[in-house]
Amino acid sequence: MKPIHGNPGSPIPVLSRRRFVQGLALGGTAAVLGGFVKPVWALTAGNQPRVLSGTTFDLDIAESEVDYTGARRVATTVNGQLPGPLLRWREGTTVSLRVTNRLRVPTSIHWHGILLPFDMDGVPGISFPGIAPGETFTYRFPVRQSGTYWYHAHSRFQEQTGLYGALVIDPAHGEPVRADRDYVVMLNDWTDMDSERIFTVLKKHSEYFNVHQRTVPEFLRDASAMGLAGALRERAMWNRMRMSPRDLIDVTGFTYTYLMNGTAPAGNWTGLFRPGERVRLRFINGSANSYFDVRIPGLKMSVIAADGQDVEPVAVDEFRIAVAETYDVIVEPQENRAYTIFAQSIDRSGYARGTLAPRPGMEAEVPPMDAVPTLTMADMMGAMGEGDHAMHGMQHDAVSLSRRERVPEGRVRVRQSHDAMHSSESSLRRHAPGLRPPLPTGEASVPGAIRANHARTEFHNPGVDMRVDWPRINLDDPGPGLRDNGRRVLTYADLHTLGGSLYPEPVTREIELHLDGSMERFIWSFDGVIFSKANPVHFRYGEHLRVVLCNDTMMNHPIHLHGMWSEVESPDGEFQVRKHTVNVQPAQRVAYRVKADAPGRWAFHCHLLYHMEAGMFREVVVA
Amino acid sequence: MNARMKRAASAGALAVAIFAGAPAFAQDATQDTPVSGQAHHEHHAQHTSQPRAAAPASAGSSAVPHAMHDMDTTSAPAAHARSPDYSDGYHYGTMEGMEMHDDPAVGSLLLDRLEYVEARDGGHAVTVDGEAWYGRNFDKLWLKFEGERAEGRLQDMRTEALWSHAVAPFWDAQLGVRHDFGIGPDRTWAAFGIEGLAPYWFETEATFYVGQAGRTAARVAFEYEARFTQRLILQPSLEANFYGRDDPQRGIGSGLSDVEAGLRLRYEIRREFAPYVGVVWQQRFGRSRGFARAQGEPADDLQFVAGFRVWF
Repeated sequence: MKPIHGNPGSPIPVLSRRRFVQGLALGGTAAVLGGFVKPVWALTAGNQPRVLSGTTFDLDIAESEVDYTGARRVATTVNGQLPGPLLRWREGTTVSLRVTNRLRVPTSIHWHGILLPFDMDGVPGISFPGIAPGETFTYRFPVRQSGTYWYHAHSRFQEQTGLYGALVIDPAHGEPVRADRDYVVMLNDWTDMDSERIFTVLKKHSEYFNVHQRTVPEFLRDASAMGLAGALRERAMWNRMRMSPRDLIDVTGFTYTYLMNGTAPAGNWTGLFRPGERVRLRFINGSANSYFDVRIPGLKMSVIAADGQDVEPVAVDEFRIAVAETYDVIVEPQENRAYTIFAQSIDRSGYARGTLAPRPGMEAEVPPMDAVPTLTMADMMGAMGEGDHAMHGMQHDAVSLSRRERVPEGRVRVRQSHDAMHSSESSLRRHAPGLRPPLPTGEASVPGAIRANHARTEFHNPGVDMRVDWPRINLDDPGPGLRDNGRRVLTYADLHTLGGSLYPEPVTREIELHLDGSMERFIWSFDGVIFSKANPVHFRYGEHLRVVLCNDTMMNHPIHLHGMWSEVESPDGEFQVRKHTVNVQPAQRVAYRVKADAPGRWAFHCHLLYHMEAGMFREVVVA
Repeated sequence: MNARMKRAASAGALAVAIFAGAPAFAQDATQDTPVSGQAHHEHHAQHTSQPRAAAPASAGSSAVPHAMHDMDTTSAPAAHARSPDYSDGYHYGTMEGMEMHDDPAVGSLLLDRLEYVEARDGGHAVTVDGEAWYGRNFDKLWLKFEGERAEGRLQDMRTEALWSHAVAPFWDAQLGVRHDFGIGPDRTWAAFGIEGLAPYWFETEATFYVGQAGRTAARVAFEYEARFTQRLILQPSLEANFYGRDDPQRGIGSGLSDVEAGLRLRYEIRREFAPYVGVVWQQRFGRSRGFARAQGEPADDLQFVAGFRVWF
C-alpha cells in the first residue's frame, strides 16, 4: 500500500477572514531547515511517515514555528511535529518513553485513557514533579489494553499550543476488526492568541469569543414569526437569569482555526481508499476547548469503538465528539468519488475538514454549517424543561419553576408543571429503579429525572450561578444543536461495550459531585469548590463505587478520571459503556461505576482546558 | 411629577432596595467556607444507604422585593444538603510541580467613555468614565473615575478606591473612599455600595456615600447593551445622583440633584476597541437647577458625544 504524502490542498483564498477560518493550505510546523513540512500524516498498515512503533520511544518537546493563518507563531511540539508522532504500541508489551524537555518551562506528557502506575501518569504536582527544562524523564509501564487513545501535555496551556498526538495500541491477539485502510483523524483547535491571555480575557469578559450572541434584528424576526408575546416570553427566562442560550462553548472560531491531523480546512487532509474497501477512521478530539459534530455526507459510519473500547457496531450519520473522547468508525465508500469529512464546532463558528478520496487532489462539496444552536429550557432545567425543545408556549409553568426562589409555593407548582408535561412524557425515559429509591411519599416527582442532592457549598456561593434540582437522566439525547436534525446521531444510549462490565461485583458506595460554574466570573468547579480550595476525593482501594455527576450548568463538560475506567450506567442502572472521558450534557445527571483498583493519586477534571484551569478539577486518592 | 422625575425616583427606590439587601447576603456568603480537612464518615454512610432526596429548597420570604432574590443564588441550602468533602481526612500530597492557578490575580482597565461632548449651546468638553480593577475571584481592588474637563480646566472629577467582594453570582459589595476634585472645594467620602448585573442584563451600580460635616450622597447607574450585530452595539445608560444636603460651592442641591440619560452606538472594531457616537440628556433637579443657572449654566442640556471605548 502506498504511503500517503502530499497535501492536495486548494489555493489559498485571499480574503483575510476567510483565510483565518480556512487556514493556510500548507500551514503547519516549520522544518529544521526553515521550510514547511507538509503537515500530513496518515496511518495505513504501518507503512507511514511520522508513526513511531515498538517499545522504546524518544520524544523531544520543543518550540517550533508554525503558520496556520498567515501569522507565524510558536507551537509546543513533539519531535518537531504538530500533532506529535503517532505512537503505536502493542498490548502485552512494556513501553519505555524517554521524554526530553527542550522548552524553557516545565512540561509533561499524560497518556490519556491508559491504565498505568500513578507515577507514570504525567500530571505535575500529582503523579510526578513534571519534567524540568533540559531534563529527560523516562516513562515505563506495561501496556494492558488496546484501541485508540492519545497523549497530551498536562502543564498549563501546552495542550492548547500543540503538545498532543495519537496513540494506537494493537491488541495482543490480533485485530478483530477487519479494515483495508486505517487512518487516525485527530481534531484540534489552533489559536494564534497567547493561551494565558485567552484565560485572562475569559476572566474579564467571558462572552469575548461568542460570535453568535442574540441581536435585536433576531428578536424582531422571532417576533414576526411567533408574535411579540411569544418572542418576549421566550427571552424572558434567559434574560432574567442573565444567561445566554448561545453560551455553547467559551472559546470559538473567533480565534480558533480547527485542524484535522494538523491541517487547516484549506489544506484538506486526505485519506485514500479504493471503492469497496473498508476504511477504519480513528477519530480523536485532541482539542483544548472544542466540541465537534462529525459527519461524512454520503456515508454511514459504523461506530465500533468508543474511548478505545470496542462497542457493538452502531450505524450513524453523525456523532458529537467531546474533548478527549475517541471514536473508531468503519466506512465503506463504494463510489469512485471524494467524500468530505466534516467536523463543525458545536457553536458553528468554524469547522475542521478533510477528504476521503480515491486519488490525491480530489475534493467533495463542503456542506454549509448547521444553524447556530440555541439552548432550550431542557438545557437549563433538566427534566423540568423536557419536551420544550421548540420552546414555543406551553412550558411556561415549568419555566418559572427553574427559578426556585421565585416559587414560594414550590410543591404546588411542581404538580402543575407535572400535569403540563404529561403530553411529552412519552419522550422521557421512565424513572430509574435501582439507581435511587423512589422519592419520599408526598414529594412531587418529575418523570425522567432524579432530584439532585446539592452540596452545601453550592448555596450562597458567588461562583455558582445556577442549580438544577431535577436533572434529566436519559442518555438518548444527542444534545443541543443535534436534536431532530434529520440525521441519525449517535448518543451514549447507542453505545454498548462488547463483553459488558469488567467488574461484576455490586457497587457499595455512591459519591455525588455537581458540575458548577459562574459564566460571568468564569469560575468552574465541582460542588462550587475550586481545586485550590478543595480536599482530595478518597476512593477506598479495591472498592467498587458509583460516581454521580449532575451538571448544574448550561454547558457540556467532558469529565475525565485518570487511571481507572468510568463504566457509564444506563438510566435503569445497568452497565452501558466503558469510557475514560464522560460527557455530561447541560442539566443532565450521569452515573458511572469505578473500580478503585489503581492505588495512588490521580487527576479528575473537566477536559475543557479553560474550565480545568479555572478550578473544575479534583485530585482522587485511591488508598 | 413628570415622567423623568418618576423614573429617577424609582431608580432611587431600587438603589435603596439593592443596598438594603447587601449586608444580608454578604453575611450569607461567608457562611459556606470551603471544605475543611475534617473527615465525614457518617456522611458517607448516609450516601450509601440512604440516598434520600433533599427537601425542596425553601423560598425566600415573599416580603423581600423580587430584585433581592435575583441577587442571591437563591434559597438556603436544604436541611440535608450534603457535604462536598469526600476526603476522609486525606489532604493534598507534597508533590511539587502543581500548575493549577484557579484563583489567579487578574487586572483590567476599562475606559468606558473617553469622549468629546458638544452641548446644545455650542460649548464643549472632554469627559472620561472608567474603572480599573485588580484581584482574585472574589476579592478585588477597584478604582473608578469619572470627570469632565471644559473651558481649559477640570470641572468635576469623581474618583473612588474600593475593596470589592463577591457576594452573589452577579453581585459584588464594595467598600472604600471617594474623592471629588474640580470647581469648588474637594470633597472626601466613605463609600459603600454594590455593583453587578441585575436581571435582564442591566449593569448596575448603587453606592452610598458619607462625607464630612454630615454630608451624604447616593449614586446609581445603569447600563444596557442591545446588539444590532455582533459588533454594532447600542448602549443606553442612566445615572442619577442624590445628596443629603446642599453644597452650593459645588453647585449641588439636596435631594435628587441630577440625572443623565445616554444613548451611545458603538462599533467594536476589536472587542477591546470601539468608537461610538451618541446623545446624552442631562437634567438638574431641585436647588441644583438654581445653582446651575446662577453660574450661567443650563439646568438641562442635550449633548452630542463621540468617543472611544477601550479596555485592556
